[in-house]
Amino acid sequence: MGMREKSSMPEAKKKRLPPAQFITTRFNDILGWARKFSLFHYPFVTACCGMEYMSAACAHFDIDRFGAGWTRFSPRQSDMLLVVGTVTQKLAPVLRTVYDQMTEPKWVVAFGTCAVSGGIYDNYAVVQGIDAIIPVDVYIPGCPPRPETVLDGLLKLQEKIQKQEQEWRWKKRKF
Amino acid sequence: MPTRIQKEARQGTMLLNMGPSHPAMHGTIRIMLELDSERILNSEVEVGYLHRGFEKQCENRTYFNLLPYTDRLNYVSPLINNLGYVMTVEKMFGVEVPERAQYIRVIMSELSRISDHLTCLAAMAMECGAFTVFLYKMKAREFIWDVIEQTTGARMTTSYIRIGGVRADLEPNFAAALEKAIKETRAVLKDVHGLLDKNKIFLNRTRDVAVMTPENAIAYGWTGPCLRSTGVYYDVRKAHPYLTYNRLNFEVPLGERGDNFDRYLVRMKEMDQSLRIIEQAATHLPETPAGVMAQDVEPAEAIKESRRKKVRTGVRLSPNLEGSEKDKYKNILAAEKGYVVPPKEETYTSIEGLINHFMFFMRGHGIRPPQGEVYFSVEGGNGELGFYIVSDGTDRPYRLHLRAPCFHIVAALEHLIKGRYVADVIPTFGSMNMIGGELDR
Amino acid sequence: MEEKKILDLLKLKFPEVVKDVSTTLGDDVAVIDKEALLPLVKFLKDKPYEYTMLLDLTCVDYLGEEPRFEMVYHLFSLPQNKRLRIKAKLGEKDLRIASLTAIWKNANWLEREVYDLFGVSFEGHPDLRRIFMYDGFEGNPLRKDYPLRKRQPRLRLRE
Repeated sequence: MGMREKSSMPEAKKKRLPPAQFITTRFNDILGWARKFSLFHYPFVTACCGMEYMSAACAHFDIDRFGAGWTRFSPRQSDMLLVVGTVTQKLAPVLRTVYDQMTEPKWVVAFGTCAVSGGIYDNYAVVQGIDAIIPVDVYIPGCPPRPETVLDGLLKLQEKIQKQEQEWRWKKRKF
Repeated sequence: MPTRIQKEARQGTMLLNMGPSHPAMHGTIRIMLELDSERILNSEVEVGYLHRGFEKQCENRTYFNLLPYTDRLNYVSPLINNLGYVMTVEKMFGVEVPERAQYIRVIMSELSRISDHLTCLAAMAMECGAFTVFLYKMKAREFIWDVIEQTTGARMTTSYIRIGGVRADLEPNFAAALEKAIKETRAVLKDVHGLLDKNKIFLNRTRDVAVMTPENAIAYGWTGPCLRSTGVYYDVRKAHPYLTYNRLNFEVPLGERGDNFDRYLVRMKEMDQSLRIIEQAATHLPETPAGVMAQDVEPAEAIKESRRKKVRTGVRLSPNLEGSEKDKYKNILAAEKGYVVPPKEETYTSIEGLINHFMFFMRGHGIRPPQGEVYFSVEGGNGELGFYIVSDGTDRPYRLHLRAPCFHIVAALEHLIKGRYVADVIPTFGSMNMIGGELDR
Repeated sequence: MEEKKILDLLKLKFPEVVKDVSTTLGDDVAVIDKEALLPLVKFLKDKPYEYTMLLDLTCVDYLGEEPRFEMVYHLFSLPQNKRLRIKAKLGEKDLRIASLTAIWKNANWLEREVYDLFGVSFEGHPDLRRIFMYDGFEGNPLRKDYPLRKRQPRLRLRE
């Protein structure tokens, strides 16, 4: 993509960026700002943490005020996969399928200790943390986490989205 | 691997999979439908996506240690699961629980039951399109959870009801918070009755849909609000009264037709009755001394001083959970030493207290029921929640089995939706209150 | 009074197969031979005893004892408001028992659960397959010789 050379650069106090990178950085920032405040999440709800997810999404502790309000019940239409609750071995292929169906860019939040690391269930039936199956961006611990913790995790994700290198060309993330 | 319905499917029909990841926020269950345009000819329900190995996990934990696992069974009413398990163990021993603790247990159970019904009906209404009802009920649930958090320390998974009593006594301003919660819940229930009871759309979706006859309900082993909606009068609180339910006045609402609307209405009326029980129990609570956290030294200091043979009895504990001070103990926990954790004031300042504490928690010691087996059930949010424990004399249960009420209720789902439309699956399933933790254990 | 009557009646009607009756901690227990399960249960379901509800059906693994498994049935009579526990022992070599699906409909799923977690087969069950564990799973998790942490993942897991 051809970049126009900017001849008048703002002076000394800021870092000297080569002109092309200045535009892409700003473009990156704008894209990050737009993406972080318009998260459509897919709540992959399995267990008890689902109740705290419902609380976090409702009136008392609203996640809508951070832009993440609308739940899209389809992986094709959402960009954040919120894995809420225990993932068992029986459910693992389903989680992988849902993750693969989501379009880029996508982020994954592990909500609750069972999704982070298997929780108190260290036995034959439970996957010890979903990062054995899919890559995770933010881990929210708690059994179940308080809604304030959920909001904190969401803000951390937003920070991450703002700072990361945005994928605005078709780029498949390797796993 | 082809499932039963894939093998039995006829020519010209469509197979629709309502997969494990449900938008209907009930957790994970898979319903496969064989459709002829919109009519359901056959269906198959596949469960087990939340099988977390509760029963096997509990065989490796001591009786005291496995209490948090019971919270996570029916996770919308965790205190009732705690209660069921604890009362089963108490039945094995014959432990006498103080009266104040019994009343506190009743209040907490009923608050949990209200929270269970609120969540079930909120989800059911939301799936039928009534989003406002969902938000209103979640608001009421938050007030109830505030009360529960004040008393137990956690909003959901509380582990509050312990063997021998409860963990801690009620706070001094519990009555005010409880009154607020009751008032808000009553207001919300009134609003929801106004929104849904005569609502044509809701009635069209739930009236005469998925009708269950009483004989069929008994054949399927239904209990709880779903059974009562068919007209059968069976409530464990009235049939085999436990705690102080035989001293409290309440009614058991019954339905007439056994359809979705009756299941909804029975739950709404049960919430009214639960509020009534809570108000009565709150007035009947026996007195307790206004415990003052001793203002003396911190535990570390007290231990140091006791080494120098200067034993103090006043210890300032961190206010982790108010209400578990020593002078409240006789009201909230049983007097026998073997089943309860001794109070921290004793543990930190006297050698007998320390030994009691140590013997309670040490592997191989602690709570050891006599050899034998027992079955006890309480009225859970969904029906008869029963625990069957086989003990071999050691400190771990040999076998712990849960009689999950919604297992039997969901077993009838295939029968209920046969011949109905696809859109009928959602309110039917919502009115059954399937909780994954209880269904799959 | 009533409890004694039902247990005594069982002993009278089925003398060879009812091995032991007792009332422990308020629960009535009857230990029977596994062959007599169906006729006994049908007898109990009819009037006047009317044990019309099957509350629960489970299995206990007594590893080291012979016979190893024990099936436990909890019946409930709504008119009389009484519970009854029936137990039947099964040996490891002959792990089959009659199915109760013809009498009670919830026995279908309950027996599938016991088949899945313990490996007990039920004769006459219309559709005996796993319910909690997935199809590729080998073994019966709730048996005492199955280790708690033995995982059989369906996907290639990292770490």
